[in-house]
Amino acid sequence: MGMTMTQKILAAHAGLDSVQPGQLIEAKLDMVLGNDVTTPVAVNVFDAAGFTSIFDKDKICIALDHYTPCKDIKSAQLCKTARDFARRFHIKHFYDVGQVGIEHALLPEKGIVAPGELIIGADSHTCTYGALGAFSTGVGSTDMAAGMASGENWFRVPSAIKVELTGKLRPWVSGKDVILHLIGLIGVDGALYKSLEFTGPGVAELSMDDRFTIANMAIEAGGKNGIFPVDEKTVEYVTGRVDRPWTKFEADPDAEYERTVTINLDELESTVALPHLPSNTKLAREVAGMPIDQVVIGSCTNGRISDLRAAASILEGRKVAPGIRCIVIPATQQIYMQCIEEGLTQTFVEAGCAVSTPTCGPCLGGHMGCMCEGERAVTTTNRNFVGRMGHTKSEVVLASPAVAAASAVKGCIATPDEL
Amino acid sequence: MSRVYKYGDNVDTDVIIPARYLNNTAPEELAKHCMEDIDADFAGKVQPGDIIVGGANFGCGSSREHAPIAIRACGVRCVIAPSFARIFYRNSINIGFPILECPEAAKEINNGDDVDVNFDTGVITDNTTGKTFQANPLPPFIGRIVAKGGLLSYLKSKIEGEA
Repeated sequence: MGMTMTQKILAAHAGLDSVQPGQLIEAKLDMVLGNDVTTPVAVNVFDAAGFTSIFDKDKICIALDHYTPCKDIKSAQLCKTARDFARRFHIKHFYDVGQVGIEHALLPEKGIVAPGELIIGADSHTCTYGALGAFSTGVGSTDMAAGMASGENWFRVPSAIKVELTGKLRPWVSGKDVILHLIGLIGVDGALYKSLEFTGPGVAELSMDDRFTIANMAIEAGGKNGIFPVDEKTVEYVTGRVDRPWTKFEADPDAEYERTVTINLDELESTVALPHLPSNTKLAREVAGMPIDQVVIGSCTNGRISDLRAAASILEGRKVAPGIRCIVIPATQQIYMQCIEEGLTQTFVEAGCAVSTPTCGPCLGGHMGCMCEGERAVTTTNRNFVGRMGHTKSEVVLASPAVAAASAVKGCIATPDEL
Repeated sequence: MSRVYKYGDNVDTDVIIPARYLNNTAPEELAKHCMEDIDADFAGKVQPGDIIVGGANFGCGSSREHAPIAIRACGVRCVIAPSFARIFYRNSINIGFPILECPEAAKEINNGDDVDVNFDTGVITDNTTGKTFQANPLPPFIGRIVAKGGLLSYLKSKIEGEA
């Protein structure tokens, strides 16, 4: 029986010729990631277990991105715990305030992750790097500790759902609309324990930023990972970033998939997810006019340069509507600099947006934009659970950067076509 | 007795332990806010040995290990659900906290029932209704991790075994 891309990468890292869905394997890790929320818990269990060394100082990445710049004394203590650990073991890829970006934008940008690699991260959106043709998946802090100590971890080989993409996205429709549409189709546990394998002629039409956004939210369908084939755009992206050999894996022609979902990109429209599940999707035009209080444009899902260009092109020469708070967060320092160089930052500030240093901040209700009872936000983030951005009676509507920016201008949910 | 606290589908880790408390790592502090955004009084009323019964995809969302840590620190004995989100599943196994996949039990057991669980056999007994259920057994490899008390203990014994 043939193998999927995911199964081939797992087999290669387990030293096996082939693997079967459901098989439990122990595999070697190319990168182990943690942040300021999850690393301190990993450090606690690492120390409590009595480990005194790490497997490879070049294959661990710690990015202090969630509550930074530190929002309070306790979060400062978390950062210190992670920082001290990074210093103790001379961890190469350690990113603190001033260098840090949101981890899932930062690692690909810096070439820390590459096609064909096996990456675990103590953050659920670690699945983002599947955009590069890597196997990457979110794990917990004990997994991170075990990975740092041994360079290995256990995996259950996933079965797969094939997502066949055809056609080409229309103007203002983006990777965010693709993934929201898919989650609406299959549900928040539609890909539970499975890999989402994106394929088909539509892949070539998607930018790398669109692919990162799509792979990023595989977890919101319950997926173990989301993965894209390696093509010319992938090679172009990693060239100059990845300075080590990497491997292109391809699915076997006779690979088995539990089901195939076909999405014609031509037919997609701007899509939103209403509270309180990412699968609660509607076309943006169907809920146009819904009142809002806040807009957030950023996050590991949609804080990349093409996201900010899309938002700026809508906000240019316009103003954020009275009574609306619009917060823009470039995901990394490099993207932040690009925004300045391209004039996007000026556009945002002139429109009346607050522009922040990179942080996960409001996405998880951490800081930089929490909401009180009764408020509603349109955001480019990834989760709209109860209380996700603040009070349990506040609401989050997930959307693309274009819809978020248009909504900021109109003061209610709106599509770019309405402006 | 083990009293059951029952919840619906897709209980996410944001409601199990909201991010506003993730500036803490101490289990006893996390326990004070466990389930706060889905059941505000939970931490005040739960007793050691009680059981959570959830719906499908229990523990979805964020990878925060703080979620099973908080549940365990409340004294909750185990979680029973028809299915678990995969990171919550891993995290529970890895910290040696028992979780049981059992669609029938999750459907039939009512909030407030008195329930017994035999972890050796996977048999769940609802003393209130007299019904019994058989949970899906853990795969042997995962069973070994739980038996060792978690992933780090398993890893230590593996490394020491090889040395």
